[in-house]
Amino acid sequence: MPRKKITLSETIDTLSILDEKGHLDKDLEPSIADDVLLQLHRTMLLARKFDERLLNLQRQGRIGTFAPIKGQEAAQLGTIAHLRSNDWMVPAFRETAAELWRGRSLESIILYFNGFNEGVAIPDDHNDFPISVPVGSQMIHAVGLGWAAKYRQTEDIAMTFFGDGATSQGDFHEALNFAAVFQAPVVFVCQNNQWAISIPVSQQTRSQTLAQKALAYGMPGIQVDGNDILAVYAAAQEAVQRARNGEGPTLIECVTYRLMMHTTADDPKRYRTDEEVERWNRRDPLPRFEKYLAGKGLLSEDKRSQVESEVLEDIQAAIDRAEKQMESMGDPIDMFDHTFAEMPASLKAQKEELKQVLSATAKEGKDG
Amino acid sequence: MAKMTMVQALNLALQQEMEKDDRVIILGEDVGVDGGVFRVTDGLISQFGDRRVLDTPLAESGIVGMSIGMAAYGLRPVCEIQFSGFSYQNFHQIENHAARLRWRSRGRFSVPMVLRTPYGGGVRALEHHSESREAYWAHTPGLKMVIPSGPRNARALLVSAIRDPDPVIFYEPKALYRAFREEVPETEETLPIGEPQRVKEGRDLTLISYGAMMRPTLEAAGHLQDRDGVAADVIDLLTLSPLCEELLVQSVKKTGRAVVVHEAPRSFGPGAEIVSRLMENAFFYLEAPIERVTGYDIVIPLFKREKAYLPDTERILSAARKVLAV
Repeated sequence: MPRKKITLSETIDTLSILDEKGHLDKDLEPSIADDVLLQLHRTMLLARKFDERLLNLQRQGRIGTFAPIKGQEAAQLGTIAHLRSNDWMVPAFRETAAELWRGRSLESIILYFNGFNEGVAIPDDHNDFPISVPVGSQMIHAVGLGWAAKYRQTEDIAMTFFGDGATSQGDFHEALNFAAVFQAPVVFVCQNNQWAISIPVSQQTRSQTLAQKALAYGMPGIQVDGNDILAVYAAAQEAVQRARNGEGPTLIECVTYRLMMHTTADDPKRYRTDEEVERWNRRDPLPRFEKYLAGKGLLSEDKRSQVESEVLEDIQAAIDRAEKQMESMGDPIDMFDHTFAEMPASLKAQKEELKQVLSATAKEGKDG
Repeated sequence: MAKMTMVQALNLALQQEMEKDDRVIILGEDVGVDGGVFRVTDGLISQFGDRRVLDTPLAESGIVGMSIGMAAYGLRPVCEIQFSGFSYQNFHQIENHAARLRWRSRGRFSVPMVLRTPYGGGVRALEHHSESREAYWAHTPGLKMVIPSGPRNARALLVSAIRDPDPVIFYEPKALYRAFREEVPETEETLPIGEPQRVKEGRDLTLISYGAMMRPTLEAAGHLQDRDGVAADVIDLLTLSPLCEELLVQSVKKTGRAVVVHEAPRSFGPGAEIVSRLMENAFFYLEAPIERVTGYDIVIPLFKREKAYLPDTERILSAARKVLAV
């Protein structure tokens, strides 16, 4: 009965295809159609510019608190690009680039960050969950969706996003464990952006990588350079195929960085250095991707400027539309909507009560 | 009609709904091969297979979270949490997601799931196996909270809960699982969620209760009739949330006196809400202050002392007599 090493049958890879200097590993380069590459670039630029503009609006008091995504665009777009319209996206709260790829409107995001519930309304033909704020609690929903898709014998899959902080939650464990046990078609996308507000990933876990956690659940895990859209795309392609083929879930750890604050209410200078941020700025996914596209002859200087001015126009037009729309929105009586399929009598009575209060207030305002 | 225990009646509801509707999926700990620790899901896995009846890993948050995803997809999951004392481990999934996904998504997604769980004392169980915390769920907007009191209404309400478009917390009084049998029709029977029932007619006093406490409440009503010549109007809430006060108000307007009975702790318990509704709607008809007969504001003791904790016929009788003496 000797004491022996158990050899684990699986290991994990770490993948990088386009490095921060723009060097390309030709052998690993995924084959992506030109129009998809350009669409990815446009969305990446749109997400970046929109993020900058939202910060601007927040500082002017024109929207409330929001969570910037700058630096994480490649991790989001390289993964979400594989979903079909029937597939399910289950985001956390820092996935604006992925949401834009799925067709969420810029206006809806502005409305949401202005405190309008309407901003998070999901169109009927979208299988995308609204953003989820309690960290880590949403991953398990993707398991239920994926399981249901499999039960219905469709090829649909679910993809869920979360951060490094979420991997400390019990719900992370439960979601990965359930997904593996039931072989649910789910792709778990961890955006390891190094910081959960002020806590660095080294204080979240003693694990060498987050990807290795997959092995404990009996599912494949892979770590990728999350700022390298080609690496993210390649890893996600494998994971999505695996899910569609009925081979179960995958965990992808995208090593990336939150270049901005946690939310606009946070001051990152309290816990991290400018040097560190500068180091990660040099790994910015956007110029790296643009260099690659230029090298392929897909993106000239002129073309890039044209795309940039188009997305800026789109953003401005969306802000104008949203601000106009908001002028006629916000009747407080609507707050009772969507609590139940059918409003119970007790709730109708409360709604009536508010109606009385509102009309009395309006009358008072008029009288004096 | 067959005479059934509550366990058998619940099993019948599940079995018939699963036969009718392939969206109905059962999941939970030991619900498959073992048939559930109380045997409520007995035999379902052999009839419907392990695609419809899922023995899950041991994780309450996972069970509920997975149910939320299934329900949002369009299925009708019925999950079992083995004891309500373990449901706090899935509390955040219910509060943060099940109860508000409809609201958050502006109606795009709904969560037509049922969380079945046995609650309450009186079965000589271990710690965490005897609690009565319905107020937590009844307090959460977007949830329905249903508590049957006998085999027949348990079956009918469970069918309604499964068909309901919103999440339902279905508390099963485990003390009544096998306490008595009732005629339960083989043919389909439902009961509307949100409607209390008058189970005994009287004009002197209103007794209001639900779940396992209906038995001592009805027994007290019998004693009042036999010994005191007092006719109590007895109301079984059946649904705690959304609470419909109409029948309660109507009854108190007639009797002028009321006692509310529940085994949950008193402070901020369901009785507080019921009394408030009566104050708001029937104050000028009251002849006496309303009494509450409840569990105390302590952790329910281990079973040597639980009898003294749980409201019983004597406590209900003395509260009723106090109210009648005014």
